[in-house]
Amino acid sequence: MIKFSKYPFKKKVIVAAAHVLLAALSVIWLVPILWVILTSFRGTKGSYSSTFFPTSYTFDNYVKLFTDFSVFHFPKMLFNTFLVATASCLISTFFVIAVAYTLSRLRFSARKPLMNAAMIIHLFPGFMSMIAVYYIVKMIGWTAGPMLLVAMIAVYAGGAGCGYHIAKGFFDTVSTSLDEAAKLDGASNWQVLTKIIMPLSKPVVVYTLLTSFAGPFKDFMLAKVLCGTHRDYYTVAVGLYQMLEVEYIDQWFCSFAAGAVIISIPVGALFLATQKYYVEGVSGAVKG
Amino acid sequence: MKTRKSKKEFENKYPAADALKKGSMLTRLSALVFGTGCLAGGQIIKGLIFLAAEAAIIFYMIQTGLHNLGMLVTLGELEQQKVWNESRSVYEYVDGDRSQLILLFGIITLAVVVLLILLARSSLRQAYKIECLKKEGRRIPSFKEELQELFNGNLHLTLLSLPVLGVLVFTILPLVFMISMAFTSYSVENSKLVLFDWVGLENFKRVIGLGGSLGKTFWPVLGWTLIWALVATFSNYFFGLILALFINWKEIRAKKMWRFFFVLTVAIPHFVTLLIMRTMLQPEGAVNIMLRNMGILGAKESLPFFTNATWARVTVILINIWVGVPYMLLQVTGILQNIPQELYEAARVDGAGPIVTFRKITLPYMMFIMMPYLITTFTGNVNNFNVIFLTSQGLPRSVDSTAGKTDLLVTWLYKLTIENQYYNVGAVIGIMTFVTLAVVSLITFKFSASNRNEEAFR
Repeated sequence: MIKFSKYPFKKKVIVAAAHVLLAALSVIWLVPILWVILTSFRGTKGSYSSTFFPTSYTFDNYVKLFTDFSVFHFPKMLFNTFLVATASCLISTFFVIAVAYTLSRLRFSARKPLMNAAMIIHLFPGFMSMIAVYYIVKMIGWTAGPMLLVAMIAVYAGGAGCGYHIAKGFFDTVSTSLDEAAKLDGASNWQVLTKIIMPLSKPVVVYTLLTSFAGPFKDFMLAKVLCGTHRDYYTVAVGLYQMLEVEYIDQWFCSFAAGAVIISIPVGALFLATQKYYVEGVSGAVKG
Repeated sequence: MKTRKSKKEFENKYPAADALKKGSMLTRLSALVFGTGCLAGGQIIKGLIFLAAEAAIIFYMIQTGLHNLGMLVTLGELEQQKVWNESRSVYEYVDGDRSQLILLFGIITLAVVVLLILLARSSLRQAYKIECLKKEGRRIPSFKEELQELFNGNLHLTLLSLPVLGVLVFTILPLVFMISMAFTSYSVENSKLVLFDWVGLENFKRVIGLGGSLGKTFWPVLGWTLIWALVATFSNYFFGLILALFINWKEIRAKKMWRFFFVLTVAIPHFVTLLIMRTMLQPEGAVNIMLRNMGILGAKESLPFFTNATWARVTVILINIWVGVPYMLLQVTGILQNIPQELYEAARVDGAGPIVTFRKITLPYMMFIMMPYLITTFTGNVNNFNVIFLTSQGLPRSVDSTAGKTDLLVTWLYKLTIENQYYNVGAVIGIMTFVTLAVVSLITFKFSASNRNEEAFR
């Protein structure tokens, strides 16, 4: 590339303007994030601040999350979320990989009907079955007590089988000549799966594990509907949402920002780690 | 074409219809007494399993199933009653019927009946298979061999059983339950929350009909949902595409850094960023305060981000762009790098400028690759609960209606069911959302299939 200083003047102006525009756009995209981080360290209380940059800085908002349990028990919420996320990510990864592998590699008469059924289910608002799940869970009597956590795990993982697309896109790209060679040597389908495909599929397994682990950290709707007023079983998302309710916002707003920062770090790290697979998965799914 | 071929490939060798037509008496008997064919053919364990399953289901049906089905007809009629207890001389409450439970158990029983029919079919086919194998003089597989087959030829049964069961219990059963509510009077109206009845298509008439208040709300909400989904999908697509192309421009330095800035916003959970947006855009929020400090607004003035209908609609679309463009950027960047470079070189040789190459190469190529993705995004946007619920909350709302100006069908569904307990109307709205999406998807699939030359870019 020619050095910038060698450019004719007109081109210099255009290129410089392009960078300025890009910087302006970046600012628009980054300001809300910066604002949360600043708010989480803000010394003054309340949701409204007369200045963009806080007048004083403090760690109290973070300390409050881990010491003040009068209304919100943040460590407990973290623990609940962690528990639900771990259990549901193990179950749903098994479901997703099993379905994706089967639909991608095995041929049987119900294959197309199953895929069509999954497509039709996808057209219903996911929310609709959630409301019904709430009533069913309530009828069984799981909406109070520790069974609530089991209910959440079941609901997060139960329907996971429908979200097989990205993993299937991955299996579609693994060459079938490997399977065929193994089968010639007398391997069963099960052996092909465990001995040949699984070792090759680490990326997609990791991707599925990480994305489903992040699920309960990001979703608040289902947890909110299921938990209702049972504070003891809130996940982080529901807890943070509640902090913005009218009666708490004044006392808890800065702690909300602190909590947001705390959960954004792991979720963000997970996302950045899986980003590559996400892009490949989507373009792979499009190809197929 | 592909589907037709695969259908032939997987033609069932022992279909149930053939078994009824050509099978022996014993085979046909297997449809009534499950497993007789297997038992006669020497597959003792399998036959017993079939038999046990049938016995269990019939036992269940006699025990409670038939009662459940009978109750499903009326959904219960007995109201909660006060009964005078002579011995303790107090009124005691006697529980009446609870239609909600009756409906749920009725549906579960129906599912059991379907299971029974499927088992009968499977038993029939197994018996016919054994009969055919015998005729051909081939060996009948032992139980152990059949178990092994579950990990080879029938591996799909092993792998799919649990996930499909999960979907059935946690997605399909609830969906059927919810859909059936659409045909009942289950609602806070006329206090039908404990006992309710079947009302046929009454609710659908009320929602679609223009006369009542529901109809007057439904059509505008549907209209806004469609406009929202279209604008949200395409604005994200084009802004994402342009931004990706812009960063990809060879004069831009530090490409990775710019991409990282945008991707960072995707890394943070959506509900966090959306809640922050809502707080920032309040009348006394950060944005208005900044504008006041800069002197653009007067001391008491604020921009009506969520209080004026038009402002609110534009605001949610802009927020959606903020949320969605980085995702688009990520994907588009990957795809852009796959466009065959020869196409651009050939165009350059022919003297095409950057605008022409964009219009004739980049845009059609992206459209070609991303059409299915766009349809999925459109579906996602119609059901985009979070962006609306966490920012505008559907506001501003007029006094006489349950839905606000920025409410989508899904958020309205939430308000109707969770907040206001109009379960039947909520279910109707859910079904209408499904119908809308099904129609749109069918049209686009048809449209793109006829216009699509699969090998255009090979």
